[in-house]
Amino acid sequence: MERVHRRLKAALLVALRSCCTGAPFLTSDQTMTSSGIIHTPSKPSARALSRHSVGWLLASPLAVVLAIFLVAPIVMIVMVSFWGATEFSIYPAFQFDNYAFLFSSDVTYRVFFNTFKYAAITWLFTLLIGFTVAYFLAFHIRTFKWQIALFLVCTIPFWTSNIIRMISWIPFLGRNGLANSALMSWGVIDEPLEWLLFSDFSVILAFVHLYTLFMVVPIFNTMMRIDKSLIEAAADAGASGWQTLWHVIIPLTKPGIMIGTIFVVTLVMGDFITVRFMSGSQSANVGRMIQNDIGLLQYPSAAATAVILLITVLLVIAILLRFVDIRKEL
Amino acid sequence: MEPRPRSFYVLAAFFTLFLLFLYGPTLTIAVLSFQGPSGGLTFPMKGVSLHWFSDLFEQQAVGDIWGSFSRSSVLGLMVMATTVIVSVMGGLAFRKRFAGSGVIFYLIITSLVIPSILISLGVGLIWSQSGLTVHWSTSGLGAQLTWTLPFGLLIMFAVFNRFDQSYEEAARDLGASPWQTVRFVVLPIIAPSLIGVALFGFTLSYDEFARTLLTSGSQNTLPLEIFGMTTNVTSPVIYALGTLTTIFSFLVIGAFLLVVWLMDRRRKAQGSDAGKGMV
Repeated sequence: MERVHRRLKAALLVALRSCCTGAPFLTSDQTMTSSGIIHTPSKPSARALSRHSVGWLLASPLAVVLAIFLVAPIVMIVMVSFWGATEFSIYPAFQFDNYAFLFSSDVTYRVFFNTFKYAAITWLFTLLIGFTVAYFLAFHIRTFKWQIALFLVCTIPFWTSNIIRMISWIPFLGRNGLANSALMSWGVIDEPLEWLLFSDFSVILAFVHLYTLFMVVPIFNTMMRIDKSLIEAAADAGASGWQTLWHVIIPLTKPGIMIGTIFVVTLVMGDFITVRFMSGSQSANVGRMIQNDIGLLQYPSAAATAVILLITVLLVIAILLRFVDIRKEL
Repeated sequence: MEPRPRSFYVLAAFFTLFLLFLYGPTLTIAVLSFQGPSGGLTFPMKGVSLHWFSDLFEQQAVGDIWGSFSRSSVLGLMVMATTVIVSVMGGLAFRKRFAGSGVIFYLIITSLVIPSILISLGVGLIWSQSGLTVHWSTSGLGAQLTWTLPFGLLIMFAVFNRFDQSYEEAARDLGASPWQTVRFVVLPIIAPSLIGVALFGFTLSYDEFARTLLTSGSQNTLPLEIFGMTTNVTSPVIYALGTLTTIFSFLVIGAFLLVVWLMDRRRKAQGSDAGKGMV
């Protein structure tokens, strides 16, 4: 037993080392300086300058789009969150009323709790389903062609409309829907279940339905890069299937799991449309709260809530990023 | 071939259930969209007809869906072209570290994870406060780019991470200018990935909802129009529309995949003849 563990550890170390050394993100920096040292040791700065300007020239369209449509809106929202509002209009000011009201209201805490609840439950289910599906594709399908074909079948719904995919649950979950009639004809229930549609259940079901792909894709991607000889080594060293899964595959898949987690958690936390549609406007999350304020033209209050939501999401991501280096995983 | 372990069959069953879960609802509304004229939103089917599809062609029944469809298609093409060009340039820029590249990288990640409603609200506020009128082809276009560009760029980063630089060196050694190297060596090699970026650009824009909500102005895009219908249309006409737009999406995805497959085949046919002797 002890020996199995030691060998597994050694195999893991090898894998980790190959992870760290394989496919570095930016190598040209080093090659440039090393060639610079050999050929033109006196003037490295002239080349470096042109490198920066070429980089900026190529990145300028990207920078412009991000500046106007990402940075400026965030700045605007932060500004407006300190503004005041009458019933019909908003006016520039510098007051903390919006935040004071937000933090003094019980509703805020309930709604934030609800948002975290949705995120946590959805995360758990998407992770379990996504990992299993990716594991099946990566380790049980034998030909590359079939792996790619089945992988595509899993990802195609991502490119179709989310709203249509939500609507398509109605005939399943409705009062006279397929689920209720099936359960009644089997004699499991006597009356139609009311909580199938327009409830927390249907919200989470829709989240899992929409976002499991975001787990499958990165986990599958990471699993495909695992050296198959590591698994053979584990088997040779006497590890059972579960031990291989737990001590070899899961640790090596962690980066993929983290990227999937980031996707799912941020999508669920920022959502408002799924909660509104699938709960029949009966449940609320932070996104719904913002949308409500927008509907009432209370932009400053919507902006304050949005700022808190953004800070929350970024904090969650910062915590998750401690476990994975995104640049290395591309 | 060695026999498959028992776990294979368990996992295969799980995978089948997963596919059923993914596609089942969509197939159900496809069936229900052929509901008879007196049928409702759920089973049973009261006859089979094309009634609800023909309703789509009557203006009064469903509002401006054809106008919104053409707007969404045009916007999708605009987003697609912009995403491909900006992503390729961005991908090329990020091959070498430059001052500020770290900041831009984290902005890209932020763009991906920021709750969509913030973009919608922020862009809407900027436009209204500066007296501009929001329109799908200006503010809507920009808002959607914050969603499609991160995907395009992440694909390009992945592509250039695996790119064999010796091809470029060979081109340079043969006297190609930097532009010629990009045009005749780099672009043809990464072309299949560009099709992928284009697919992301078009489909993500075509189905985008949250970032377009407050930025598209008085004329709706198709997802906005469909969502408006969910609140006031309670007949299978919405299933008919859902079925049609899903079919359209499948056709678009199929077309893109076909192009990739054809390019791959052509490349194999015209590939290297090294080792085949003198020609």
